[in-house]
Amino acid sequence: MTTATLTTPAGRLLALGRAETALLRRNRTALFMALVLPVALIGMVRSVLAGAVERDPGLDLKANLVTSSMGLILLVVVYCNVTTAYTARRGELVLKRLRTGEARDAEILLGTAAPSIALALVQCLLLGVGGAVLLGLRAPANPLLVLIGLVLSAALLTALAALSSVVTRTVESAGITTLPLLLVAQLGSGLLIPLESLPDRIATVCRLLPTTPALQLVRLGWFGTEGTAPATGFAGTWAPAVLPLLLALAWTAAATWATRRWFRWEPRP
Amino acid sequence: MTDTTRPAPAVEARGLHRRYGPAGPSGFEAVRGLDLTVRPGELFALLGTNGAGKTSTLEVVEGLARPTAGEVRVLGLDPYRERAALRPRIGIMLQEGGFPGELTVAETGRCWSGLTTGARAVDEALDLVGLLPRRTVRVKQLSGGERRRLDLAMALLGRPEVLFLDEPSTGLDPEARASVWRLIRDLRARGTTVVLTTHYLEEAEELADRLAIMHHGRVVAGGTVTEVLAAHPARISFELPERSGPHAGLSLPALPGAETTADGRRITLRTQDLQGTLTELLGWAARHRVPLARLDARSASLEEAFLAIAAAETAAPQIGRAA
Repeated sequence: MTTATLTTPAGRLLALGRAETALLRRNRTALFMALVLPVALIGMVRSVLAGAVERDPGLDLKANLVTSSMGLILLVVVYCNVTTAYTARRGELVLKRLRTGEARDAEILLGTAAPSIALALVQCLLLGVGGAVLLGLRAPANPLLVLIGLVLSAALLTALAALSSVVTRTVESAGITTLPLLLVAQLGSGLLIPLESLPDRIATVCRLLPTTPALQLVRLGWFGTEGTAPATGFAGTWAPAVLPLLLALAWTAAATWATRRWFRWEPRP
Repeated sequence: MTDTTRPAPAVEARGLHRRYGPAGPSGFEAVRGLDLTVRPGELFALLGTNGAGKTSTLEVVEGLARPTAGEVRVLGLDPYRERAALRPRIGIMLQEGGFPGELTVAETGRCWSGLTTGARAVDEALDLVGLLPRRTVRVKQLSGGERRRLDLAMALLGRPEVLFLDEPSTGLDPEARASVWRLIRDLRARGTTVVLTTHYLEEAEELADRLAIMHHGRVVAGGTVTEVLAAHPARISFELPERSGPHAGLSLPALPGAETTADGRRITLRTQDLQGTLTELLGWAARHRVPLARLDARSASLEEAFLAIAAAETAAPQIGRAA
């Protein structure tokens, strides 16, 4: 019988996260994706959004710019990076080897994703602070809702990354397998085209897409409105948040369930 | 009869089946009704050719996969359903490593140390396998043998009660293999139960207290090395000279207890009494001045036993394939 204290989930997550941080630091492609690409994309987003605002003058360009950039950061830094990380660790048989140890399945997946999630959240925070200082944005109307939106986005995109990695055989092919979701999210979740500027029926469909509701929460929490409707304060943001919150939770739960069901821990024979 | 003085087995498997793919001919049954008992503190070797089902069996016993049918217990626990309780007490080394190439040896150790209850100091574990001088080297720069030793060090990190090693010495050079054998013997001497798979027969002969030979997903022979060998004869082989000139009327003497097969001039004798048969043979050859070319006499070895079993099983009709 062992007398030593058993390892804890937190300790195991820390050990996995620390190793994965070292790996992220040494992976130039991933670092480029995580640090340079979002900055470059923000420039592109700005010009696209400027066009939308011209057509629909009620929209707030700065507000949309900041929340769209957050969405892009989450997509690139969490979704793309984590898909690649899961694919790489699976290919090296690291996931299989880790499963022989004390870490639970969920801990292995979360620990592997942790550095990317942390990096994305820090970037969003910097962007928020930067936006407030440089663009003169007002303080978030409901910071709690912003936080919930960001965390749900990260959780959902991590589960979606796990699912994408199931159909990704090599790190090289991750660029292709992540493309469909990237395109759908950019075009359909209000990142490049504000949902209000779309025809009603299409906008409704877009609001049901997996990546939309969590990002709506960020927008709503920060600006008290997600489009041209008048902004509300802390109390007023909860009512319009109920539906996207439920949808975001449902999508996250569905993606987590699908990951448990279909995730592959070792390469196909 | 139950022997109450005998401690509970460290590993016990009953009627184990493991099937890949769907039922019917499109699936494949890698393990077909396997029974296994490993006593605490013993070194148990699971032998078999490639594809015999060793790794498939081990993965079920380690709790990495659920058996299709049958029961497994490791230290009294279900390795799949009770893995949270079991894992802190066992160490596992897979057939192929699984460490990120971009981490150093020490970083790999630090990560695994955080995942292991009661982990010994990382440097101590690395020192056990002779990797301490390589601690700052990235895993991708290690040789195949060094990677195997890193894998072993990680399996030893938590001072496991039961250690599972899937082909621990494959890919090692002779010197590294000898040192890994020494280490495994050492662990056993300190009471660790070791279950290893190997296709090196000398490894099983050298290390194992007991062994089981697997073939087509079943255990076909088992016991101590001596027990397995007892069922198999020793072998003498040689070549008779041409039956012309001085050896024109040559014929072999009667050799009681020996079974003779001839392949042209090449003669093979199988006998349970190597010394007796060999004495008779050499006496006859001396009396008749018969040179025995390429004379070779050997006791039963695990290799002989193994080849005999593999040949017999392959010749036998395939049963249970469609079950």
